[in-house]
Amino acid sequence: MASIELKNITKVFRDAKRKRDLLAIDDVSLSVERNQFLCLLGSSGCGKSTLLNMIAGFEKPTGGSVTVGGKPVDGPGADRGMVFQQANLMPWLPVWENVAFHLRLKGWRKADRRAAAQEYIDMVGLQGFENHFPAELSGGMSQRVGIARALLLNPQVILMDEPFAALDAQTKMDMQEELVAIWQKQRCTIVFVTHSVDEALVLGTQVAVLTSRPGRVRELIDLDLPRPRDITGQQFNDHKRHILNLIREEGMQQRREAKADPVPAGRQGAAA
Amino acid sequence: MTALWKSWERAVVPLFILVGWEIVSRSGLLPAALLPPPTVVLHAWADWVFGFDETAQGNSGRWLADALSSAVRVAAGYGIAAVSGILLGIAIGWWRWVERTVEPTIQMLRPVPPVSWIPLAIIWFGIANKPAIFLVFLGAFFPVLMNTIHGVKTADRNLIRAASMMGATERQLLRHVVFPAALPSIFAGLRIGIGAAWMLTVTAEMVAVKSGLGYVLWDSYYFLRYDLVLASMASIGLLGYATDGLIKLLMSAALHWQHGSTLQSREG
Repeated sequence: MASIELKNITKVFRDAKRKRDLLAIDDVSLSVERNQFLCLLGSSGCGKSTLLNMIAGFEKPTGGSVTVGGKPVDGPGADRGMVFQQANLMPWLPVWENVAFHLRLKGWRKADRRAAAQEYIDMVGLQGFENHFPAELSGGMSQRVGIARALLLNPQVILMDEPFAALDAQTKMDMQEELVAIWQKQRCTIVFVTHSVDEALVLGTQVAVLTSRPGRVRELIDLDLPRPRDITGQQFNDHKRHILNLIREEGMQQRREAKADPVPAGRQGAAA
Repeated sequence: MTALWKSWERAVVPLFILVGWEIVSRSGLLPAALLPPPTVVLHAWADWVFGFDETAQGNSGRWLADALSSAVRVAAGYGIAAVSGILLGIAIGWWRWVERTVEPTIQMLRPVPPVSWIPLAIIWFGIANKPAIFLVFLGAFFPVLMNTIHGVKTADRNLIRAASMMGATERQLLRHVVFPAALPSIFAGLRIGIGAAWMLTVTAEMVAVKSGLGYVLWDSYYFLRYDLVLASMASIGLLGYATDGLIKLLMSAALHWQHGSTLQSREG
């Protein structure tokens, strides 16, 4: 059974300024098997974060259905872990309390929470920073706390919304490596939103290349490259060339359409 | 050396004022009865506190009782204002329907000066503690309320998202995310509120109560004891300063997580 199932998802946003509806996502169907690492790859505005937010339960599709583990999604919940672009840590709680926030909600005693948090703090390599406050952490460390916090839920599904986009190149590479190691160890399903072709190819077992306005799945690519991925290798670069070509074609097509129709964004959705 | 200087830093301006004041009132520029010099004020004040030579006449040795009765009124009115202001502020900030139904009324009551409630307060509560407590409540309630609403409304939506993703119910969101997120703002309101609280205790005591520092102040004015008037003013100032210090202490304990990330944390 598929872990995550998106069926014929459409999303229409009301554009209040231009007083018309905007079709943001057009008939997207994706199914993610257990233990897969799916990267949603697309430029900004293609609806990739919207898709992720639908799986998280923050947004509802206009049409179609989202199920996780066979159950329809009807709001945010602790069965899915989420890592955000900004770490979104509670600034008034030290690292370990942030990691164990879920247990605080469940009413666990302090000593038990502290003990439970330690395993995940160790997993993301933050030993020694347990009692630091978020304001005292670097961007990379904050994201580690965010990841540990999601892992502690022990979810079948982890959703990640460009979690490394704000990090410097070196930190980003380290974090990607660690994330793969954690995923291999934890055996969970990850959906990872990114706009970086390299990042998608380094991390994913599958890459869904999305087109923009409206968002559609242009191609779903299975990656069976050996890990750790060699970003200078022949296979890696073949995939990269292929994806970049898809993106280029897409861009050319959009420009052609823009010439033919001066209001491209509203074109698809005017009738809705 | 610098440590010694630092401990005296706070005293420099008050000392300067006291010395200047002493010189002016002894110079004969003004009749001494209208502006008693600090030494005379201190003498009357000391007798008011310790009661050794009856300089303060009927008030001799009664300072602690006076200060205490003012402080009790402040504590009662302020306590009610703080609790109700925070609770209502969270409700208004969080639920739109509460905002729509309650806020217009509150915003209309807010500009009415608390002092203008004195006639009604006396009719309703008589001449005793209650009208003073009511006035203190009115003075402290609005700053606490307004700042709490602001704190709740400016809470980071992403933190609420993160917490609901970890399974938080609405009550848990309010308790574990919204309240702590609003706390810096709430403390700002509490600090403004304590100033208003002292102001209104004293006002109420001048008019509607027969005890406390404000009462002594007004009573001394009738008996032309300006030294005691000044001693009362200084007492109120000192007590206000002390209670604000107490709230600041509470604040730095509750907001210790801000340490090192804000400008104010430098002074600690």
